[in-house]
Amino acid sequence: MDKRPDPESFLPLPPATFHILIALAEEDRHGYAVIQDVAARTNGELKLSAGTLYRSIQRMLDQGLIVETSTRPAPEFDDERRRYYRITPLGIAVARAEARRHAQLVRMARVRGLAPEKAS
Amino acid sequence: MRFYDAILHLYPVSFRAEYGEEMRAVVRARRRDATNPTSVLMLWISVFFETLFNAIAVHWDVLRQDLRYTARTLARTPGFAVTAILVVALGIGANTAAFSVTDFVLIRNLPFPDANRLVKIWQTVGGYGQMEFSPANYRDVKQMSQSFEAMGAMFTMEANLVGQGDPQRLEEGQLTSEVIPLLGVQPLFGRAFTAADERDGSNRTAVLSYRLWQTEFGGDRAVLGRPVLLDGLPYVVIGVMPADFHFPRPEVALWVIHQFTPDDFKDRNDNYLEIVARLKPAVSLEQARAEINVLMEQLKRQYPEDLKHASGRVISLRDEVSKRSSLLLWALLGAAACVLLIACANLANLLLARNLSRERELAVRAALGAGRERLVRQSLTESLLLAALGGGLGVLVAIAAVPLLTKLVPSSLPIGSAPSVDLRVLIFAGVLTIITGVVFGALPALRASGKTDLNALREGARSGGGRKERLRSMLVVTEVMVSVVLLVSSGVLIRALWKLQATDPGFQSGGVITMRTALPMPKYERTAVRAELYRGVLSEVRALPGVTAAAYITSLPMVWGGGIWPVAIDGQAALERSFGHTASMRFITPEYFSALRIPIRMGRNLSESDTLDQQFVAVVSQSFVRRYWPDQNPIGRHFQFCFHDRTVVGVVGDVRVRGLEIPSEPQVYLPYQQVQDGWVVFYAPKDLVVRTTGNPASLTPAIRQIIRRLDPEQPVSDVRTMEDVVDLQTAARMTQVRVLGAFAAIAFVLAAIGIHGLLSFAVSQRIREIGVRMALGAASSDILSMILRNGVWVAAAGVVPGLALAYAAARSLEALLAGVEPGDLATFSSAAALCLVMTLVGSFLPALRAVRIDPMTAIRTE
Repeated sequence: MDKRPDPESFLPLPPATFHILIALAEEDRHGYAVIQDVAARTNGELKLSAGTLYRSIQRMLDQGLIVETSTRPAPEFDDERRRYYRITPLGIAVARAEARRHAQLVRMARVRGLAPEKAS
Repeated sequence: MRFYDAILHLYPVSFRAEYGEEMRAVVRARRRDATNPTSVLMLWISVFFETLFNAIAVHWDVLRQDLRYTARTLARTPGFAVTAILVVALGIGANTAAFSVTDFVLIRNLPFPDANRLVKIWQTVGGYGQMEFSPANYRDVKQMSQSFEAMGAMFTMEANLVGQGDPQRLEEGQLTSEVIPLLGVQPLFGRAFTAADERDGSNRTAVLSYRLWQTEFGGDRAVLGRPVLLDGLPYVVIGVMPADFHFPRPEVALWVIHQFTPDDFKDRNDNYLEIVARLKPAVSLEQARAEINVLMEQLKRQYPEDLKHASGRVISLRDEVSKRSSLLLWALLGAAACVLLIACANLANLLLARNLSRERELAVRAALGAGRERLVRQSLTESLLLAALGGGLGVLVAIAAVPLLTKLVPSSLPIGSAPSVDLRVLIFAGVLTIITGVVFGALPALRASGKTDLNALREGARSGGGRKERLRSMLVVTEVMVSVVLLVSSGVLIRALWKLQATDPGFQSGGVITMRTALPMPKYERTAVRAELYRGVLSEVRALPGVTAAAYITSLPMVWGGGIWPVAIDGQAALERSFGHTASMRFITPEYFSALRIPIRMGRNLSESDTLDQQFVAVVSQSFVRRYWPDQNPIGRHFQFCFHDRTVVGVVGDVRVRGLEIPSEPQVYLPYQQVQDGWVVFYAPKDLVVRTTGNPASLTPAIRQIIRRLDPEQPVSDVRTMEDVVDLQTAARMTQVRVLGAFAAIAFVLAAIGIHGLLSFAVSQRIREIGVRMALGAASSDILSMILRNGVWVAAAGVVPGLALAYAAARSLEALLAGVEPGDLATFSSAAALCLVMTLVGSFLPALRAVRIDPMTAIRTE
């Protein structure tokens, strides 16, 4: 089996997976922090549920998009029980590929007048 | 939060263990953010639904993962996969086929609304079994009883339909007006009978079956009001029944109203009416039985002369299947269940063996954090997948097998179609498949995960603990045990079949062709008219090449067991009508005995000169003589029978009139000419029997031609050789024995495979030990006997309880054994011997492999 799977083979990503990757791209986070980050970025429009989050996380762990990290933030911010997740290089590649895909779609839509002109 | 803890259980255990705590933390944080009661409520509602949705999704993820894993492992061991699927297919196929027939005949509701409230009422006469009602008894019981919503009477007979193309011989049901309404079935169009149709002197009315309407009347709706001629009587068609209405049997082609005449009610022992009734909703079968018993007692007190031994019997319409037919089917289903049991044991064993060899892999997975639940689940997914594939194949097996089993469907049921694999049967197969998968999968799965024995990870660790060995042995012991039961059961049934086939029917069936010429009444009501037809047909048939004898009789033996009349002996008080003093009555033409080669033991045959103006004579069977004049010369003695005093002129051998399996009454043969015009016309000889030196079937066209020439309106039906008539007696048994035999053979092979697998594995686990023994000087014969001993122990442990169980099984089949002892020594010893052979065959290859072990190689692998 190829040790480095093709990022394109993961596309299209489920929206939850893409959001989690974006949230983890900034820094390692625990589950609730991911939910809060997603909610903040979408102005509260997308609130990931606990089940959706961890089901996605389990699958992403299996696929190697993220890993559980052993390095923890400063003890005062750390809650012993919580698990922290970190995006892998593959995860980054997949997120990039997905972003590219979205960008292409938007470009195509714009040609037909279906999307606003690029913000200047 | 307790609510959330509870619904978290919807997730697979492994997922909950991994993320439960995290998810609780998330929900707890959400709960803190919710301030007012409404938002709390909304939170819990949304949490519930997201949990439900995600739990299903996670289960699905796990299933997909397990299926992928299973597909990979099975692809690595295709031999195992194919064996397992075939074994399941055999087990499920056997059960599905047996169930579809059993369900069809014995279980599923009859095709009438509220069918469980439909009953039949019979009269019973001491020692006689059940018999029909007389019109007078029917009328009284109907008037007095309270348990029934409605009650009607009927009987079936054959009739000639003339006028629609070729004359046709049909079976007709004569019904009172209540019968069709009480069954709860509406005519397709037109109307059913009403009380007005029943009145003596009103127009005779007829209702057609769908089939007859289609074949004889071209499906023309204008058939209503059309006149039809049945046995020379005009009937008016008033309705057509739906296609799925068959009553009381599928053969019945049309129904006519039965009109009683006042004379019909005179004789309380003129029993010919079958009674059908519908119970009132609140009345149980037992209550109805109790009431009928009371009523019959009352009638008996009222008419002590006529009804000395009469009592009543109420049975559900569903149970109108003979005990023998139903036992035949239950035995089949039981045998199929045994096959499945063996199949499951075999598969459990295969899986156990494979899991043992995969112990290291499983230990690795456990060490990597796969919990017990995941391993069990993985195992179950695998066994269920195998079971599903096997079950699917098994259904195909069943679809192919069911048509072979239709001989087991008795013809006495009001259902038309043949059994088939329908939705109901498919559901049964599905449930059975799941049970199978769980049963054979769960045991090895629990075993595999029972101990997380990290020792298995150690290089060179010897796998296969003593406990597992014992479990596997027990499974094989079970297989041997069950196959002994099947071997013995089919063995005793085969013996019973042989015994029946060897039974002397009292006549020689070879070289005889028979057919029925129906003699439509009233055309043939006069004896002289019939005699002319007989003489014409018989003389021309005798002239055909190869024909050595030809005769007419009322009805062939084994085809019709009825016609039983009371016997009174000169000088003795009039004998009551009971089993002890009745005889079967047949009118014959003189050559009947030579046509069937029934030996004349004493006196003379009946002859053409035995006419109405001569002394009334009879030929009786040997059992008749034994009963009334033991050790005396019967010739010249008198008895009263069928309205006349008869003189015995001859004695013939006994014939099994009622069939090979049932004891028959003594027989009385009367000359065809000694009957007044219009008397007992039902007994007029109509079955033609022709003996030939050539192939009997080849005569048929010539005989048909002769009959057509002499009477073009005379339908010819039931053309068959006498051998077919006799074979039909054992046809259902033959099918059953074949199927049971096949089941036993399958069980036998599976058990042999089981022994083989067990020993092979034992040998492969003990290679080193055997190597060491050989290196220390053990001879090949020692090793050989060691392995064989192992096999023989397992077999013996199965055979001994198996024989005991087999005896119990054979006892329960006693009604089918036709007198063969349930503990038949020959059968039991053959079964035990077969098991010995099975053990030796199963042990042979493993033993050979053990002997061939090279001690050096075996030890070096250490």
